[in-house]
Amino acid sequence: MQHLVIAPVLLPLLAGIALLLLRPLPIGWRRVLSLLAVLAQVWLALLLLGQAGDGGIFTYALGDWPAPYGIVLVADRLAAGMLLITALLGLLALLYASRGTDLEGRHFHVLFQLQLFGLNGAFLTGDLFNLFVFFEILLLASYGLLLHGGGPERTRAGLHFVVINLAGSTLFLFAVGTLYGVLGTLNMADLARRMAQVGPAELGLVQAAGLLLFGVFALKAALVPLYLWLPAAYAGTSAPVAALFAVMTKVGVYSIVRLDTLIFGAQAGDSAHLLGDWLLPLALLTLAIGMAGVVASTGLRQQAAYLVIASVGTLLIAAGLGTAGGLAAGLYYLPHTTFAAAALFLLADSIARRRGKLADRFAPDGTLSHPRLLGGLFFITAVLIAGLPPLSGFVAKFLILRAALPHPDLAWIMAVVLVTSLLALIALARSGSVLFYRARVVNPPAGGERLLPELAPAAALLLLCLGLVLWAGPVHEYTLRTAQQLHHPQIYIDAVLGREVAP
Amino acid sequence: MEALVAVIIGVLTACGVYLSLRRRSFPVVLGITLLSYAVNLFLFAMGRLTIGRPAVIDAAAAGYTDPLPQALVLTAIVISFAMTAFVIMLALKARAELGDDRVDGNRPT
Repeated sequence: MQHLVIAPVLLPLLAGIALLLLRPLPIGWRRVLSLLAVLAQVWLALLLLGQAGDGGIFTYALGDWPAPYGIVLVADRLAAGMLLITALLGLLALLYASRGTDLEGRHFHVLFQLQLFGLNGAFLTGDLFNLFVFFEILLLASYGLLLHGGGPERTRAGLHFVVINLAGSTLFLFAVGTLYGVLGTLNMADLARRMAQVGPAELGLVQAAGLLLFGVFALKAALVPLYLWLPAAYAGTSAPVAALFAVMTKVGVYSIVRLDTLIFGAQAGDSAHLLGDWLLPLALLTLAIGMAGVVASTGLRQQAAYLVIASVGTLLIAAGLGTAGGLAAGLYYLPHTTFAAAALFLLADSIARRRGKLADRFAPDGTLSHPRLLGGLFFITAVLIAGLPPLSGFVAKFLILRAALPHPDLAWIMAVVLVTSLLALIALARSGSVLFYRARVVNPPAGGERLLPELAPAAALLLLCLGLVLWAGPVHEYTLRTAQQLHHPQIYIDAVLGREVAP
Repeated sequence: MEALVAVIIGVLTACGVYLSLRRRSFPVVLGITLLSYAVNLFLFAMGRLTIGRPAVIDAAAAGYTDPLPQALVLTAIVISFAMTAFVIMLALKARAELGDDRVDGNRPT
């Protein structure tokens, strides 16, 4: 049991190394191995979710060095939930990629496993510098995945993506260094504990470091004004990679939530709720600007990329409310938006393949085969994303707005969320009508396309969203408990540092 | 010594920021490299600057220097080294594929 916490980190690392060494094997074997590794991760995440769901916080001291001296991995409800979302998304993206995307370049499966290694590590680590290391791992893997398949467009977007993330990493290290210089620790629980004892002389320094960290995480989460790298990168890369990247911005959101609730949480004395003043206005702006991008997009993949930005805005509005109810609503919205965005990226690829030279551009005189099936799936995805009843988007937005009712800035939140929902509806309805109604229906090429396996991953993602509606009660119950756990950082601190006194 | 190190970090950072805002990819790569040098020095200095003190336990030592930042810097150096190698390869690839070494890939009109 004790080693279960480190298993989701080790498994993709070992699988990645194995896949690298097994390159001489035929591709079929490597696909099976890679898929089995991700399936095992889903299983591990479910086990961990079952354990952490009872409210326990499990720590794993690497090398058995006790907590503030060594590095710890910490599995609480939030981390377990994020692991499950990542593993499910990874499984379906990999299924889609195993139909041929993985042959467009080299080492796709290795990079994919290492990407999951970085993601899982970032969710589990309880140490700020270790978080930096896992960030670098997931970024380095993501650079490779982003460029997978090549082409000038990908290279150009990739260069921007890499350079801006390198600058972000530098800022991350400056913030980490400042925090270490003042507080003498990098363990997140220990940082949270010592934050309350910071004297007035060093308060400014600590808060500057905190806001610098927020800036770095905002860059990863693509918060306004640090979102400009995202649309070209996500729209240009291959579909399964874009689908997996739907969870990459959520790593930034996850880190912001940790920073906001743990390190600068309620117990942090003078620095408590440091991010509170920034989070909500920036989130509202992100939602508004992201949605403007959705309306102005000229292609379906670009539209999906802007929808990712808008979803980050919605997510951080929920987190920025500063209440457990708001955070719970946001955490319910998180899996919904991740799965829906990934499904849209996969569908956009299927549609683009059938439109010849037009690809995914919004031009009226296109051709399309299987318009009913593709259109039907697009319709469901659009209903999900726009937040129309009866699907999970509606439930999530309703929960967020309900949680916002007692907030003093209710008028702004209501206005922005509702107007942007309307804009999303208009933009998606327009895309759908251009892509499907005004398209000339052509017969599928002879020899038959294998439509079912191609659309199965996207359909499975939509089914997951359907599951979120059907089991909305238990899921929301879980996110509510997660939010309550996050809003009592003392539990986390005791769980991590408690090992100190244990024999 | 603190003042000297602080000035070095400041100059490196300023040069790094200036270069990474340039239009061509080579200065950008150099700028990123200078920034990583600056941050490595900064991390190192965060353990307080001491001279002639051991980092590991020694019965005769009067005091110690903090070993943790040194370990952090080692990790950061390795990572930034790998990243620099990658970004150089990518810049070369972009130069070859886009036919231009401007980071936005467009010739000024």
